[in-house]
Amino acid sequence: MQTVVMPKMGDTMEEGKILAWRKKVGDPVARGDSLAEIETDKVNIEAESFAEGVLRKILVPEGESAAVGAPIALVGAPDEALPDDGTVSPSAQPAQAPAQPGEPVPTAVGAAYQPAQERAGANGASSAIPAPTTETAGRLFISPIARRIAQEHHLDIARISGTGPSGRIIKDDVEALLAGQQAPTVAPTIPPIAPPVAPTPTQPTVPAAPAPATPAAAEGEEVEAVPLSAMRKTIARRLQQSMQTAPHFYLTISIDTTKLAELRATINEYAEALPEPVKVSMNDLIVKGVALALARMPQVNVSFDGERLLFKKRINVGIAVALEQGLIVPVIRDADRRGALDLARESRRLVEAARGGTLKPEEFQGGTFTVSNLGMFEIESFTAVINSPESAILAVGAIQPTPVVVEGQVVVRDRMKVTLSVDHRALDGATGARFLQELKRLLESPMGLLV
Amino acid sequence: MRTITYRDALREAIREEMRSDERVYILGEDIAGYGGTYAVTKGLFEEFGEKRVKDTPLAEEIIIGTAIGSALGGLRPIAELMTMNFSLLASDLLVNSAAKFRYMFGGQPRIPMVVRMPAGGGAQRGAQHSQFFESWYAHIPGLKLVMPATPYDAKGMLKAAIRDDDPVLFIEHELLYSVKGEVPDEDVEYTVPLDRGEIKREGRDVTLVTFSRMVHICQQAAEELAKDGVEAEVLDLRSIRPIDLDLVLDSVRKTNRVVIAEEGWKYYGTGQGIAALIYEHAFDYLDAPVGHVTGKDVPMPYAKSLEKAALPSYADVIAAVKAIVPARTLAAGAR
Repeated sequence: MQTVVMPKMGDTMEEGKILAWRKKVGDPVARGDSLAEIETDKVNIEAESFAEGVLRKILVPEGESAAVGAPIALVGAPDEALPDDGTVSPSAQPAQAPAQPGEPVPTAVGAAYQPAQERAGANGASSAIPAPTTETAGRLFISPIARRIAQEHHLDIARISGTGPSGRIIKDDVEALLAGQQAPTVAPTIPPIAPPVAPTPTQPTVPAAPAPATPAAAEGEEVEAVPLSAMRKTIARRLQQSMQTAPHFYLTISIDTTKLAELRATINEYAEALPEPVKVSMNDLIVKGVALALARMPQVNVSFDGERLLFKKRINVGIAVALEQGLIVPVIRDADRRGALDLARESRRLVEAARGGTLKPEEFQGGTFTVSNLGMFEIESFTAVINSPESAILAVGAIQPTPVVVEGQVVVRDRMKVTLSVDHRALDGATGARFLQELKRLLESPMGLLV
Repeated sequence: MRTITYRDALREAIREEMRSDERVYILGEDIAGYGGTYAVTKGLFEEFGEKRVKDTPLAEEIIIGTAIGSALGGLRPIAELMTMNFSLLASDLLVNSAAKFRYMFGGQPRIPMVVRMPAGGGAQRGAQHSQFFESWYAHIPGLKLVMPATPYDAKGMLKAAIRDDDPVLFIEHELLYSVKGEVPDEDVEYTVPLDRGEIKREGRDVTLVTFSRMVHICQQAAEELAKDGVEAEVLDLRSIRPIDLDLVLDSVRKTNRVVIAEEGWKYYGTGQGIAALIYEHAFDYLDAPVGHVTGKDVPMPYAKSLEKAALPSYADVIAAVKAIVPARTLAAGAR
């Protein structure tokens, strides 16, 4: 007699409710048969039998719950005596839930060494090792390198069609998809990956382009069709992907920049007289503030990779730079560890390289957070699209003289609005809010940026 | 540069080392007056005399035992076994003495011994005389094991092996002795390290990891594959232990695909060991399962046609490569 127990079908599951029994007492049960439908705290799921025989006794009726591991039924031979207390302990066999997506599925490879294979050799006692059999049904096949590249680019592997053996997704397929041409007739050598240009935070504020499905007849007369540049393609692909896969929410806060401006003036007065003079911008100080806020709240410096949160140990802040042909986000590495002058020099260098088109890949990859500033265009506030795989982006508006109430008096202070776009898969509202509070505190009492 | 045979390259290495170091001597069956079963030692008896070119009885235990003993006593023996198949008779001495003394006795004794022996099939020597046992010995910590494929590597590695202070198994191949290749002039001194493989041909689509005679077969296959647009990288391991793992992994990270090609049997052999190392250290770089071309899982047949069928061919290598390169690469090449 074998005891069927309540299966554990998720890390958080503690008990399950029997919604329906799929077998009646007396029904034959084979391995893999569905025994019952079970409701967990998350989903309803069929519990498959690990045992074989006849369903002899139901211990938990429909509508009732049982703790994980508790006996719910007995399966045995038709004539086997039922135990007095209705349970059997030592040989307890858990029912097996169907594998969750993403979990490894056992295959029949182990059977390869069973002696059921055709035996070679004239004497019937061959030592030949039979070829293994493979199980292919119901599983997505993808090569390790293809999986890696897909993960790096946050591609949904379920949507990639594989051209390898057994439909396996291979590197070629992922690269073809990234190159935007997954037709099987693709050119022989596919360039590695389209230049990984970062997305534009201005995107959502720009009115949608004319519908692409312009009738062919109209082209030439009213429309001039310009093929997409590689950069535009990358921007389109990555922003679309970010917007479609990362559920965005937005938080806006006003920051008083009076002291920040004073600090900047003091720094610049000092930096002007240096052997190598440098000018620190408000944006440099904002980046510095963001980096320090990230250092204090590492839970914001993360990537969501489907099954895990990746906490980034370095703080690399990207700054969105508008170019004539699109935009790019060079990355200031270890921004938290740089002094204001060093950070300003690096940001100047990167912006110039970006405009000159001489950025190296390592200079626009590996960012962990992005800052986009449209203040110079007098934009009061805006929302930016997250630069995946980062989890948040800060959109910085213009600094404006604003009437505010201080100690009961209306006074005019310089303020700016910043808006944080957050990937809700990785971060919740309160975390984002605390991050903005921290940033506000840092920028309004800016001595903390220096000491 | 001159073009000489693998056999001549070996002889030059031995002669040069014997001339420059009088502790070096050679011993083996029929190596003196007869010049060796494969004529490698021809002329050495005449130059160096019976004290340094020793014929032995047909007894591998005596050959290896003498070599180990004289090495412990300060000489630098080069033992020739007529074939690797016969090394089994001396395997206890190789595994339990040569490989272990330095370790067991606090590093005091060194055994600067080279054991030269041909392995492999293809010359109708039958089931008992056509075997590759390199994986048996490569399993043993304390032994070095090299299998050069070209005259250049053979000369350079044999000289390095003779100068090495630990036992080196130097495995040749009966069908390599007459292979010709470029070797520097006799007055140009060079050695080849005992722990470095070499990329014999560069390619981007697949790495052929191979050694010994299969290097030539893989090069032939690579030329053929190039006609179909597939650029195969031919990686000659040269040394089986220690293995140049960095070279293998770097190549795998570049091509993302591997076919291991060896003449020996498949199961529990050298190629499977390498495949496991690749899976262990470069899993995330693989685009396909590691392909494996080997000799057939049978004792070597004597009949010529069957022997040919049992040995891996360049067509087998091509088929294994085509099974794992992307269809697009092949389709593009066909255009």
